[in-house]
Amino acid sequence: MAKDLLYQYVLALGDDALILGQRLSQWAYKGPFLEEDIALSNISLDMFGRANLLLEYAASIKGNNATADELAFKRNEREFSNHILCEQPNGNFADTMVRQFFLDAFYKLFLQKLTNSKDEQLSGIAQKSIKETTYHLRHSSKWIIRLGDGTAESHAKVQSAIDNLWMFTNELFEINEIDKEMVKEKIGVDCSSIKAEWDNIIDDVLAEATLRRPENTHMTSGGREGIHTEHLGHLLSDMQYLQRAYPDAKW
Amino acid sequence: MVKEIFTESIWELLKTIPDPEIPAVSIVDLGIVRNVEFDNNKLNITITPTYSGCPAFSFMKEEIIRHLESENITNYQIKTSLAPPWTTDWMSNDVKSKLKEAGIAPPSHEVVCPQCDSQNVQLISEFGSTSCKALYKCKECSEIFHHFKQI
Repeated sequence: MAKDLLYQYVLALGDDALILGQRLSQWAYKGPFLEEDIALSNISLDMFGRANLLLEYAASIKGNNATADELAFKRNEREFSNHILCEQPNGNFADTMVRQFFLDAFYKLFLQKLTNSKDEQLSGIAQKSIKETTYHLRHSSKWIIRLGDGTAESHAKVQSAIDNLWMFTNELFEINEIDKEMVKEKIGVDCSSIKAEWDNIIDDVLAEATLRRPENTHMTSGGREGIHTEHLGHLLSDMQYLQRAYPDAKW
Repeated sequence: MVKEIFTESIWELLKTIPDPEIPAVSIVDLGIVRNVEFDNNKLNITITPTYSGCPAFSFMKEEIIRHLESENITNYQIKTSLAPPWTTDWMSNDVKSKLKEAGIAPPSHEVVCPQCDSQNVQLISEFGSTSCKALYKCKECSEIFHHFKQI
């Protein structure tokens, strides 16, 4: 197996966690109430922790004294391979919770499979992360139900968030050449195999929340190949500013 | 034999390092230190994070280094392991009582108020002031308290 393929595979998983963590951190001190502010920051920290483990591993595969910080702060937009859903703006609280719910349900199933990876490092990271994701999913599911089955306004906002973000969900289950190779090597996960279970989780929660699943939506993708929405560049310019302006600055 | 005495004294030393966010318990109590071994004059310490994003983890590592060096131990390596993942099952009953004394409900499926022992409690938030704790309110004595999440 080519070392470069494993590097790209791990890097993509690290990018997902890093970009979602950065998005969630933008809620810090602006949450709808204190406990929820802390919850969002906690979930953000879990994602940064996961990103750190994955990017450190990616850096070790890359060699040449590469570091996780270098991967996080010194790559351009086109070099990031996160799923497009992770970079979508926070919007209102319903937009953030729907994005989180779709991703939490995906990670729950994905990480469960990744615990069986032949790659010990990836399996270890998955065993650690799945415990955290179980909490995250419980939190986001409860919010979808509370907002959907809440007031007319909360219902309308959460339904609108679902309709707007649905187009980014198909990408989660696509498999490219790197995935195929990793599945063949028993290192990676065949994401297409968890789609049916993901649909079940989503349908159950939407039904309880009296929300409607969108139909016939145009689907978009490209994140794994570095083709992103306009939002990623803005996120990176904020996240990378310090390291770009003052390279290798330390606390 | 000498090695055994030596590793035992290292465990004792590590037991004096409190968790930076829950100082009532040590990093050994929490199960963060997984292994201490002595190999060819080199001390190997294995530690594991409670939560992958725990901000206190790097601080704990620095504290271990500071304690070792204050005992003039210079030939050491600190490794991080992820599997098996950290679990609250590694906490002894003794440690659980220390948490309760500090006003934190110890990990368990049935959450009990650490102040009045009532089970009539309400979850306020799954996410407390640190990753490892959830916030509860006791409906009997009205006390707001943290529960160390069972994972």
